[in-house]
Amino acid sequence: MSEDSKQNEGKAGDILLEMRDIRIEGWSDEKWNPIIKGVDLTLRRGEVLGLIGESGAGKSTLGLAGMGFTQPGCRITSGSIMFDGIDLVKATDSEKRALWGSRVAYVAQSAAASFNPAHRLIDQTVEATVAHGLQGEAAAKDDARELYSALTLPFPETIGERYPHQVSGGQLQRVMTAMAMSPRPDLIVFDEPTTALDVTTQVEVLLSMRKIVEEFNTAAIYITHDLAVVAQMADTIKVLRYGKEVEESETRQMLTAPKEDYTKSLWSVRALHKEAQPSDDIVLSIDGVDAAYGRGLKVLHDVNIKVPRGRTVSIVGESGSGKSTTARVITGLLPPMTGQVMFNGEALPAELSGRSKEQLQKIQMIYQMADTAMNPRQTVGEIIGRPLEFYHGLKGAAKEQRVLELLDMIELDETFYDRLPSEMSGGQKQRICIARALAAEPEVIICDEVTSALDQIVQEGILKLLMKLQEKHGITYLFITHDIATVEAISDEIVVMYMGEVVEQGPKDEIMSAPYPDYTKLLLSSVPEMDPDWLTKLAESRDDTA
Amino acid sequence: MSQTWSAGQLPTIKAWQAGARGEIVNLILQTILKRLALGVVTLFFVSLVIFSAIQFLPGDFGEAVLGQAATEETVAAFRRELGLDQPAWQRYLDWVGAVATGDFGTSFSGRASSGVDRSRPVMEMIAPRLENTLFLASITAMVAVPLALFLGITAALWRNSIYDRVVNAMTLTSISFPEFFVAYILILFSALWWGLPTLANITDGMPFWEKVHKSLLPSLTLTLVIVAHMMRMTRAAIINLLASPYIEMARLKGQSRIRVILRHALPNAWAPIATVIAFNLAYLVVGVVVVEVVFVYPGVGQLMVDAVASRDIPVVQGCALIFAATYILLNLTADIIGIVTNPRLLHPK
Repeated sequence: MSEDSKQNEGKAGDILLEMRDIRIEGWSDEKWNPIIKGVDLTLRRGEVLGLIGESGAGKSTLGLAGMGFTQPGCRITSGSIMFDGIDLVKATDSEKRALWGSRVAYVAQSAAASFNPAHRLIDQTVEATVAHGLQGEAAAKDDARELYSALTLPFPETIGERYPHQVSGGQLQRVMTAMAMSPRPDLIVFDEPTTALDVTTQVEVLLSMRKIVEEFNTAAIYITHDLAVVAQMADTIKVLRYGKEVEESETRQMLTAPKEDYTKSLWSVRALHKEAQPSDDIVLSIDGVDAAYGRGLKVLHDVNIKVPRGRTVSIVGESGSGKSTTARVITGLLPPMTGQVMFNGEALPAELSGRSKEQLQKIQMIYQMADTAMNPRQTVGEIIGRPLEFYHGLKGAAKEQRVLELLDMIELDETFYDRLPSEMSGGQKQRICIARALAAEPEVIICDEVTSALDQIVQEGILKLLMKLQEKHGITYLFITHDIATVEAISDEIVVMYMGEVVEQGPKDEIMSAPYPDYTKLLLSSVPEMDPDWLTKLAESRDDTA
Repeated sequence: MSQTWSAGQLPTIKAWQAGARGEIVNLILQTILKRLALGVVTLFFVSLVIFSAIQFLPGDFGEAVLGQAATEETVAAFRRELGLDQPAWQRYLDWVGAVATGDFGTSFSGRASSGVDRSRPVMEMIAPRLENTLFLASITAMVAVPLALFLGITAALWRNSIYDRVVNAMTLTSISFPEFFVAYILILFSALWWGLPTLANITDGMPFWEKVHKSLLPSLTLTLVIVAHMMRMTRAAIINLLASPYIEMARLKGQSRIRVILRHALPNAWAPIATVIAFNLAYLVVGVVVVEVVFVYPGVGQLMVDAVASRDIPVVQGCALIFAATYILLNLTADIIGIVTNPRLLHPK
């Protein structure tokens, strides 16, 4: 950085950003709706503030407002945002542009979408620095390569010559951090930077981001919905809900003594626990299955999984580990190359079309995106009524009666009967999908990441419902997820998958305790814990063993 | 983990960089060759369609050429001479075989019952006309394409402003009128005030600038006709990208609006824009007969219409094939632009 740079002039501890009673509205449904309803925020130089809340809490909107940026369709209606003596609410576009990419920088959630596909990584990394005249292009590129190296990117000298689609998601996220750091800003806004990453990748990205923020003493706003993650990064945490502040306190204090009940609910799934019950009565078994899509690479290698009756078996693994492919093989959507699926001691036909109605009925599936798994033009009555008619031949009043019973089972009242999917919340929609699966009266339900898109408190509700249904009706679940907290909450048995192979299968307590195979250990140790020192300890323990 | 790289990959990275340029050129060449081969196949099918379509034209060619007064014997002799007495498949094979060697045959016109044969090879008739058509198309494209890109980009830059609306309204207006109407309006203006030549009867020996001068009005007419389509696609393709996260990122780097559009949106918008430009350029070659007629411009469109009227089959077939080839070549160019501007295709993982 040049000598006369305006950065880091102020002393650490000086107030860098101060928002007072900020109010932001968004235009939707033909009117202005409040998103942020009067929030104060103070950020000192070198400080990292965590903004946490569920979807719709307004965290991103508030974080971007800290840069003086409002997304199209949003406006700041009142309040002040003072950034080092500049009022960002009153600042003109060109005044704000002078700040963006030089004194404030942004790290977005989806690195893949936030890099321009048409330009090389290094050109994008130094773009702002060069455009603002902070450094010459050659010097900025040298600096960028050093940043890549500091962020532990592989091949820091050459990785910048690649295009965004040529590197992995975790690498892109680190390149984006380098891009934000290139102009040596006073403030970086991190907007859910690790949400889209696998846990093992997340650890590496978190570590390198924390290191570089500390190294340059940059102030940061870290936005996330995961308290355990933000606890590793932030000095102070602010909890937001419905566009209002719930509470703000120092990180350790927040974790040990949250003032508000709502704050506690943010880790509600972690509080769930189920005692594992072993069973030898196998209802479903996958024997030696190899599978591939088309004539492409094999994605499953000799997969063997046994699912005991009335229990929950969780399949965990990162993206690309073959979890969902296994589900597709079981349901018959993807016939295996070798091996077979046994159900109640009989081999199921490999192809969906070869299976009898009864075989279809006994295995049902619930998907991650409830939205796309339902016909948006059908009412709840039609959606749940369809399997009743198809499998059980119910019609008219009998069908309606049964739909109402099912609604009761998923804890929704009869007013939902005539609703369309668009008239329900995410959690309610997922409940309807559960009811639709139940309507068939299956023995096994495959749940593919059913809670991944939901907020913690809603997840808790869904998981509780699933467990209750299991107790009452003895349903077997095959639960596919990447979230270890969920696994801990609901499983009897766990299957760990990696690169299309089963690493381990066994009772929960056995898998979750030592000794672990290497991969299981890596996976489990990468799950952020509610301990602000977790990441530091983990880094140390990994350095020791390395 | 998933993104740590094994040591064995290190040399491949180096090789990838060294060999990248050669590989890219290879890739593009391969694509061009593949598409050209496909284009030849397409042309073959087009030749079938052209030939069959002409079989369905009503009337007897011999009678049409020789006139009603011709005796049955003369007509029969004439048909024999042209090979029209052969079965259709035979004639088709002869024609395609000759075309494959570059011989488009000999025109029917110029042969008369008088016995003096003044007929000319088809290529000799088409070549100068095609040259004129390409001349008009080129000078039009040189104005229309940059103009359309400029209007499209600026309209996207200031979208929903007065400027955007005026540009949209004007281009829509010009495309909404039939082209002969636009042409006559321009002739009217020209006759009253501008003093531009309203007859574009250019000839072979004319100096270049005189040709340009004479072609101004038809060129202006065609510009008005094709700008709207290209401009609107440019605007739409750019605006479509403006909601992307990487555009937001560019704005949050403090980039100016024009730079965001030129550097971040436009490079990703070339494929659809190139397709529309290719489509319009093809129209400039194959679809301008009305404008040619209005301005008495000696282009290939007029030649084809005359040939249809006089049942001059070889000329009709030759023109039709050339038109088809134009479409195929221009679309190939658009595809290549789409590939060259898409790093995912150009730099595979």
